[in-house]
Amino acid sequence: MKILEAKNITFGYGEKQVLNNIDLSVEEADFIGIIGPNGSGKTTLLKMLCRGLKPESGQVLFKGKDIFKLETRFVAKNIAMVPQDETIIFPFTVFEIVMMGRSPYINRFSWEKKEDLDIVASAMKLADVARFKDRNIDELSSGERQRVFIARALAQMPKVLLLDEPTSHLDINHQYDILELVRKLNQNVKITVIMISHDINLASKYSGKLVLLKKGRIYTEGPAKKVITKKIIKEVYGVNVKLLKGSVLL
Amino acid sequence: MKNKFKTYLLLGLVLLAASIFLGIFIGGVAIEPGQALKVMLSKIPGFKASIPVTWEENISDILLKVRIPRVLLALLVGAALSVSGAVFQGLLKNPLADPYLLGVSSGAALGASIIILTSLPFFFLGLPVVPFAAFAGALLSMFLVYGLARTKGKISLHTLLLSGVIINFSFSALIMLIITLSNKGLAEVVIWMMGTLNNTNYDLLPYITPVAVILMLVIYMFSNDLNVIAVGEETAVFLGVKTEKVKKLLFVLTSMLTALAVSVSGLIGFVGLIIPHIARMIVGPDHRILIPFSALLGGIFLILSDTLCRSIIAPSEIPTGVVTAILGGPFFLYLLKRKK
Repeated sequence: MKILEAKNITFGYGEKQVLNNIDLSVEEADFIGIIGPNGSGKTTLLKMLCRGLKPESGQVLFKGKDIFKLETRFVAKNIAMVPQDETIIFPFTVFEIVMMGRSPYINRFSWEKKEDLDIVASAMKLADVARFKDRNIDELSSGERQRVFIARALAQMPKVLLLDEPTSHLDINHQYDILELVRKLNQNVKITVIMISHDINLASKYSGKLVLLKKGRIYTEGPAKKVITKKIIKEVYGVNVKLLKGSVLL
Repeated sequence: MKNKFKTYLLLGLVLLAASIFLGIFIGGVAIEPGQALKVMLSKIPGFKASIPVTWEENISDILLKVRIPRVLLALLVGAALSVSGAVFQGLLKNPLADPYLLGVSSGAALGASIIILTSLPFFFLGLPVVPFAAFAGALLSMFLVYGLARTKGKISLHTLLLSGVIINFSFSALIMLIITLSNKGLAEVVIWMMGTLNNTNYDLLPYITPVAVILMLVIYMFSNDLNVIAVGEETAVFLGVKTEKVKKLLFVLTSMLTALAVSVSGLIGFVGLIIPHIARMIVGPDHRILIPFSALLGGIFLILSDTLCRSIIAPSEIPTGVVTAILGGPFFLYLLKRKK
């Protein structure tokens, strides 16, 4: 069943056209990797899928319904986004930030319930941030912060998880841990994953399907074997690569 | 989280009660606590008969017509300015924002001074005009500052603060112009511009108190949203907050709250800036605790500052805004320094 669809999306910042006629169809429990050179529109596309940005024309559908016509809280309960990084001015603790993932569930007039506390505790454990839950977010390294944002997204208990370069600030062991965690959520809990990655190797290893963007258009999409070819990489990134057993070598 | 909330709230309430008593007893004429209590109790129906009148008439007048209304006014203005400051800081993700710096206060002051300094009627259809004029002025300046800072649908923080400063200057100049053209006492107006609670308008208190309390309660209902917005506007959207709507609503409500404070006390600076800061250092940035605690702390701070104003050089007094700035400025610098 189609859980998320982009239909003929177009978007620009002022004069600059960022996305052109994007069509994307995501099945439930898909693991999609979005790759492409800098400035190809990856982040913009991801933001459109969780109503962070409104397309100039075209539609984004969640289970067949326009996400801009759905209730904001309903969307936040179903689609969670892990942004690349965000600067947080005020000294919120890790626990408080992760608890914000529960905000679509918490009523305006009430405080968090036992259920929310339990969910936050397990989200923090899964993303390996429980150890420093009482530390201020501004005291953490960017890798630690990134894991906090992942925990916050997990606390939303989403059906669709959007990740914008979730491993860009992580060291190898945490890269591995986080991607394995995402894989498990995808395979065991059937969470649909859409992940932007700079790392073509990681993206190919974990995603069932790759979407390659170039200058705001989908250049090609499909299984890694079809997308990652010497010819396509040369055409999109302009570099010559060697392919070794499914990995790209510059 | 909820326990922490209760502890801090209780602590704040105890301190508030203490400062209310201090504010009532201390002043140009010192009143013994025992006697003051007797006077107050004697006004409660049922107690009246059992308390013999052992005080002079003027003591009762000072207490009931000056001290108590003034302490209540200080509490209200302090709370209103601090809550406004806390909300502006959260909305703009900038710990340097406050109603004074953003030009909202001077907009309110412009509106209020037009009514006060020209011979327009103070009451219209039974309602006091000054708070409405102040609100109109506050909204106008908010609108201007916000409009100036908005380019391509995004708010630039630097432009926002800069336009706040500019609006502040222009509106202050306009107020000065009105002062010069009107023939009211200059000294009185200058004191009002500096902010004072030595006000003959205590009769406005019954009108503005319920409105201010309701405004603060409504604002408080958005604490959760404000938390998420304070982290990031885009993130707030991902987390299901109707960011644009909530922001607009909070800007309007907060401008109203500031306008109310300004319409009865003039331009008291620094309270809206430092109190939320200090409150945040004590209770953390969660607005569900921060807002009520700021309100309490602001009330306490202004009651104590005002007590100081009217007692150090009694029977003369210093404008309240002068004392808050003299106390607040260095304290703020000390806090900033210590944080680094």
